[in-house]
Amino acid sequence: MEETAGDPKLNRREFIVRSIRVTAFLGLGGLAVLVAEKSGSGETVWQLDPSKCIQCGRCATNCVLAHSAVRCTHVYAMCGYCDLCGGYFKPGTKTLNTAAENQLCPTNAIKRKFVEDPFFEYTIDEPLCIGCGKCVKGCGAFGNGSLQLQVRQNICVHCNQCSIARSCPAEAFSRVPAKKPYLLKQITLEGPKSGG
Amino acid sequence: MKKIRVIFIFVVLLSLQFMNAYGVQRFPKPDFESGYLQPETLQPSARAGLLAIMDVSVLALALALVSWLVLKKRSRTGVFWTSVFSLAYFGFYRQGCVCSIGAIQNVTLALFDKSYVIPLAVLAFFILPLVFTLFFGRTFCAGVCPFGAMQDLVSFRPQKPDPRLNAVLGMMPYIYLGLAVLYAATGSDFIICRYDPFVGIFRFNASFGMLIFSGTLLVSGIFIARPYCRYLCPYGVLLNWASRFSWRHLTITPDKCIQCRLCEESCPYDAIDIPVVDLNPEGRSVTARKLILVSLLVPFFIVLGGWTGSRLHETLAGVNGKVRLAKILLEPERYRDQPEPFEVTAYKSSGKPLTVVYDEAAGVLRRFYTGGWLLGCFIGLVFGMILAGRLLTRYSTDYTPNKGACFSCARCVDYCPVEKNGTKEVKP
Repeated sequence: MEETAGDPKLNRREFIVRSIRVTAFLGLGGLAVLVAEKSGSGETVWQLDPSKCIQCGRCATNCVLAHSAVRCTHVYAMCGYCDLCGGYFKPGTKTLNTAAENQLCPTNAIKRKFVEDPFFEYTIDEPLCIGCGKCVKGCGAFGNGSLQLQVRQNICVHCNQCSIARSCPAEAFSRVPAKKPYLLKQITLEGPKSGG
Repeated sequence: MKKIRVIFIFVVLLSLQFMNAYGVQRFPKPDFESGYLQPETLQPSARAGLLAIMDVSVLALALALVSWLVLKKRSRTGVFWTSVFSLAYFGFYRQGCVCSIGAIQNVTLALFDKSYVIPLAVLAFFILPLVFTLFFGRTFCAGVCPFGAMQDLVSFRPQKPDPRLNAVLGMMPYIYLGLAVLYAATGSDFIICRYDPFVGIFRFNASFGMLIFSGTLLVSGIFIARPYCRYLCPYGVLLNWASRFSWRHLTITPDKCIQCRLCEESCPYDAIDIPVVDLNPEGRSVTARKLILVSLLVPFFIVLGGWTGSRLHETLAGVNGKVRLAKILLEPERYRDQPEPFEVTAYKSSGKPLTVVYDEAAGVLRRFYTGGWLLGCFIGLVFGMILAGRLLTRYSTDYTPNKGACFSCARCVDYCPVEKNGTKEVKP
């Protein structure tokens, strides 16, 4: 402002406007520095914490994508390869075969393959999975909990505010660093947690 | 034999299902003898971070290009094609996220929530257009914002709305901005993103309700140009303030205005100030009385607005998840006939004590009380200022763009017959 003080055209209104402009500019700079100070770790993405998830089924319906970006993820390292899989079969199924009426998955997205007696491998056909969480509930209740819902980052469109997070009853969604974009639960060897 | 095994397993499983034991190794991992190789759990990563740098670069380049086109080249065609590019890139290619309008909420959240880390790209999307506006006027609106570009494309038959209606509708962006900041600051919701009318179009998957909303905006946009920008856009409020104090701004005429009135009807946004030649058309005493009235009314509106806002804080806080959960838990009899809400199921499995939930909700309510006062005061102030602006006339000699409201679209430039060197070009 000092260098313009000698400007013959500078009247009172212009002086006020200039002062406000400089103040606003400095204010914006200050705001940027204040906010950016704790930034720098780069981008974040949305992810859900399977340990908080209650498999309510809203992931399947509340994503902005018609076919939700939340899909079932199979952590093979945790799987017990059970013949009677709580995530694959409807409760009360008597004959353990791949008949449609036995399957819990509404879209036939879980593939059951014989490995060796008595073990079966279960694979998620991701393009078919709708993220309803029915299998996750079954596996968590009866099995090891190796089936877990996750936001598949290659499908997610990375909304500023995740519309599933907004409606998640368990507050399981949070922003996580893009460098570590999955929150898969790993094996816990101790017994069941108390409570609940 | 097999039948007995199945029954046995079922008995075991039934006894297990009441426990909250997630991710517990109930069945040990088998030792495979057939040489079976366990597949890897695929974890595909998100879009590379490098592309965020590209987004910010495209934003900066587009802003610089439009500013140059508006101020130096004075080319409406150039602005138009840049806006088409921006619509294609930020709208349909980047699918509308992240945008500068929504970035208001990220910046607010970063200011109020110490645990939230704002990505630098989002911060750049918030700051860059404001900085450019402080220098060159609202060139962001003219050719970079995909929302503006979308509505600009459909404004075929712009009509001038009644000035009183215009003033009343012009209040809405301030209210929207205030609410968006309140909800972002309390960590409740990002309402700008929630009620984003065009993102569904960019992604070709709008919900029915939003499709009605965006359809209404686009159809009304044929007759009332840029309805979202003028009557809703919260970022437009900030740009409007910044633009009033801009260093340079689009001028209708490259030289001296010759009062030919050709540009008078050219602006589809009603953003050209018509000359008020008479310095004091109504006499000193009338103006003085109006001034006294305004200086009394503005504080009155501020207090009234603040009080109303504080009365409404519980209603406003109803959006917050913590408050909602506490309400459900406080009134279990209201949900007796219905299946248990998922919120309650989740709360039960979390094992959180009831007092923690109530304390959190009470904390949020307290913030909403303060926020309600501030929001109300802000809306009252804006209402008073808009009223003052309508009561008091300002002296001006030429046809000039209203620096706050002008989107720098450069339509008026084509109507001005004055050439740079001051000679009048005579068109046959």
